[in-house]
This record gives sequence, structure tokens and C-alpha cells, in this order.
Amino acid sequence: MNHRQLLISLWTMVVKEIRRFMRIWPQTLVPPSITMTMYFIIFGNLIGSRVGEMHGISYMSYIVPGLIMMSVITNSYSNVASSFFSNKFQRSVEEMMVSPMPNWVILGGFVIGGAARGLGVGLIVTLVSFFFTDFSLHHPLLTLSVVIMTALLFSIAGFINALLAKKFDDISIIPIFVLTPLTYLGGVFYSIDLLPDFWQSIAMANPILYMVNAFRYGILGISDIPVAGALVAIAAFIVVFWSLALWMLNRGKGIRS
Amino acid sequence: MTPHFNQSIHKDTLMAEPALSIRGLTKVYGNGFEALKGVDLDVEQGDFFALLGPNGAGKSTTLGIVCSLVQKTAGQVKIFGIDIDKDFAKAKYHLGVVPQEFNFSQFEKVEDIILTQAGYYGMSMKEAKPRSDRLLKDLGLWDKRGGAARMLSGGMKRRLMIARALIHRPKLLILDEPTAGVDIELRRSMWEYMRRINREEGTSIILTTHYLEEAESLCRNIAIINRGEIVKNTSMRELLTELDTEAFLLDLEAPIETLPALDGFELERVDAQQLALSVRKGTSLNDAFEQLSAQGIKVLSMRNRSNRLEELFVNMTSEPDTASDIDSATSTSAKETAS
Repeated sequence: MNHRQLLISLWTMVVKEIRRFMRIWPQTLVPPSITMTMYFIIFGNLIGSRVGEMHGISYMSYIVPGLIMMSVITNSYSNVASSFFSNKFQRSVEEMMVSPMPNWVILGGFVIGGAARGLGVGLIVTLVSFFFTDFSLHHPLLTLSVVIMTALLFSIAGFINALLAKKFDDISIIPIFVLTPLTYLGGVFYSIDLLPDFWQSIAMANPILYMVNAFRYGILGISDIPVAGALVAIAAFIVVFWSLALWMLNRGKGIRS
Repeated sequence: MTPHFNQSIHKDTLMAEPALSIRGLTKVYGNGFEALKGVDLDVEQGDFFALLGPNGAGKSTTLGIVCSLVQKTAGQVKIFGIDIDKDFAKAKYHLGVVPQEFNFSQFEKVEDIILTQAGYYGMSMKEAKPRSDRLLKDLGLWDKRGGAARMLSGGMKRRLMIARALIHRPKLLILDEPTAGVDIELRRSMWEYMRRINREEGTSIILTTHYLEEAESLCRNIAIINRGEIVKNTSMRELLTELDTEAFLLDLEAPIETLPALDGFELERVDAQQLALSVRKGTSLNDAFEQLSAQGIKVLSMRNRSNRLEELFVNMTSEPDTASDIDSATSTSAKETAS
């Protein structure tokens, strides 16, 4: 395929993916917005007013970046996992396999589509947060970079999950048993300074902690960890996961007999 | 005139190359099952080719490898001279695939499914839209283009897959049981459409089907695959001449009580007013009618008893040892019962 044809095919993939989650917006866009609104009301307003400040910032403002990031992570991941697995289940993945599209375009289309949903939900949650608190961006470029990279990373992870999945249950195991605990323990609701030393060391092994803190640094200017290291780690994870997903796709893992 | 998509791709197609050339194709699945045992096959450009075989014979595996849905174990596949191991992407431009099972998103709109497929081939919307409109109209889907695919009837879903397969003007169309579950009227209109694209657009077509009447009616050449091996590969005309008997059904004017005896013919009573007549090649039917007439039996009409190809197919794909296996199994069972 020449460059123009590659662009057309990538664009087609992305449009198809966005059309899918927009078609079922009551399932894809509304529920995370309602869940996050509940977090803002219960944790931010009701409980947060008794918690006081964290790193000199009101608790409500402190949890906003974490909740936005949590939405981005879970929605990017689940969008690609469910979309690609549905394509496998309905065999419509064959439409792509018989076409001359290279595998990186197929992977790229799903990943950009997943990131689009993650960022879309993140934007909705951000808009909702303005009903509860005000904040301005300390480092807009860093904020944008971190959130986009995180959305891409978890979209790729969702793709790998869907490639390996053999039944629908297989695409909910990782989000429930791995992603959710890591996100809750990733400093969304608290600073790891509050943890005893031992648990602080354990928490430092959680990759989501770096993403949440780098994002929080971009918005509020505070972080528990060195931000530059976080950026490098996210970028490295993207390269490793992308290479793994592409290798699996080239080998036909989970899609070719 | 706007140049067609795929025109530049077809320019470098060598006219002498077969549309599909397969050499020594083998496939061993992970569980050790040998689905293909060195298949050799050529389909010439412009041909309407039937690939027949019983369930599990290796048809879908062969076509799956050609379409990149199945990974081959060994062998070579060339599509218009392009080795799929060297440039599969280029070879895929020539291919259109209509699979056995519905393989589109049931929730997408009919038109979106076709246009999305065009996008996968790098076709711009400007070029894909008129082509899609034409196909939707030709295949009787125009009124349904804005609805979700799941709302279509089974026959319409099959036609949707044909439209999708043709959007990028492939030179080789693979139809894997395209008329399964389609009613007779629709099946015949689909036959007519396939004949038209084969005749007018020069599209080479490979058809697998369980309706042998369909293969006999449409295809010029045929291969029969059984247990992963090609057991016959010849022209339809050649194959049909191998039959040395033909059977006819005779509708009688009045019911008969007993089976009349005919010298030189095999006769079977189907019911009180119908006889089945088997005739060896070169035998005059007049003799049979004269003998029937002499016995006071008047024939009102006559037609072929069964599909001729079906008889050959059954002969070629039936298991040679079945009879002895059954015999030995029966005797073993009998012994066990006796002891």
C-alpha cells in the first residue's frame, strides 16, 4: 500500500472504532461519568471536607487528577479489549485479515480508537469536576502528554488481552483483578507519604502510581515521585507493549488457526 | 473517465499466470490433524471453478490459507503469480472473499460495512461511494443500506458479503458456500449475478458448494478434494462424460400395480404412477418407450432423476473400506452378543 492508502485504511479503522463507542454511548460514555460524579460527591465533598488538605491542597482538588486518570485508564483498556474481542467473536476481524492492511495499521486503529474513548471520558469527567472544584493547569503540555501516553498504553494492553482471550470472561479478569486494585492503590485518593515505609516501597512498584502522579503534577504541580522518570517509564512501557502486540498479531496469535 | 482502483495493480499482472496456483500445500493443525496433504491446484484466469468435497475434506482450510485466515504448514500459493510468502499484501488486492459464515458486525449499518471494507483497501470515499451504491442496487440491498446488518434476512446477509467482497474490484472471487440456506428464487438470481461478473468483468471465481446442481450449472472446471487430497481435477464436461449411466423419472398416465419387465433396461417402481429408468450410455430410449407402450403403459413426461454430478461425487468421496468395516464391526458385535 502506498502512503495515501495506508492513511485511508488507518483513518477507516479509527472512524470505525469511534463510531462503535459513540453508537453505544449510554454504555460507554454515560456510566463512567455517573460513577465519577459519585466519587466527587462522596469522597470529595462529604468525606473530603473532613479529610482536610493534602500537600496543601483541598482533598477535592487532590483527587480530581487521579479520578480523571482512572477513567482514562479503565475506558481505554476496556474499549479495545471489548471491541477487538467482539470482532473476534463475530469473526469480523476476518474483514481486516483478508485486506492488504499491514498489522500495524490494524493495531494502530484499535489503539487510537481506544485512546479516543479514554480521552473522551477523561474530558467528560474533567468537565464534571468543574461543578465541584476549580483548578488550572500548571504544566499543560506535560498534562496532555501524560494523559495521551497513558491512554495509548492501556489501549495496547487491552488489545493484548483481547488477542489472548477465548471467551468474554477473559476480557474482564484483568480489569477486575489487576487494573482496579492497581488504580485504587496508585495514589488516586491519597499521597503515598501517608503510608508506612514498607508499604511505600511496595507502592513504588505500581506503574499506575507514576502515571497518576505525573498527571497530578501537570495539573496541580505536586507529585510523590520524580516526573521525568515517570514519563520515561510510560514511554518504555508503550514501546514494549506495542512490540509485543504487533509480534503476536504477526504470528496470528488468537486469530489464525 | 476516472481510473478504477486496482487498475494500476492489474497492470503488472502477468496474463499467462493462473489466477491461483497452489503447489504442495500442507496443513497440520496443532492437535496433529493433517487437514491438507500436499494439494496441487491451478485455477486459470477468467475461470468459474468448483472446489467440492465432503465436510472436513479440506476445502475451507485451502481457501483459508489463500485468504490468510489459516497459516499453512508447507507449500506455495501464488495469486496471479504473486507468491503470498513474498508479497501477501499485493496478492490480497486481487482477492475478494465471501466466507461460509457471516463475518461482519451485526450492529453496523449495511452501507458502512461495505464502505469500511473499501477503506481497508485504501479506497477513497470519493471512489468507494459510487461503487458501493452500484453494488447495493445490483444486489437488491439499496433499500436496506441505512439499517443495521442484523435486521437483514439470511439471503440478504449473503448478498451483503458478496457486495463487500466486490467493493475493491477483485480479479479473483472466492465464494465459500454462498447460497447456503438461500431460497431457490434468490439462489438463481445470485447465480445469474455471478455468471455476469464472470462473463462481463472477467472475474475468476472459485466456488465451494454442497449444491452440486449449482456447481454443474455454473462451473467450467472442477476439483474434488477428499481427506486433504485432490482426487479429481478436470473440466466439468470431461467429468460428466465419465458417467456411463443416466437415470430418468417417468410419469405415467395411469397407475400400475406391478413393475413391468424391460429387456436391456433397469426399471424401478417409485410409486404407482412413477418409474425410474436407468439407461446405459449409447442405448436408445426409443426401445424403452416401445416396450412400455407394448405393455399398455403410457408415459406423460420424463426428467432426470438426480443430479449427475452428485453420483460422481459420492463415488469419488465415499470411503472404500466402509463396507468391509461395517461387515467386520457387525460380525464382531454379533460374536460379543453370542458369547
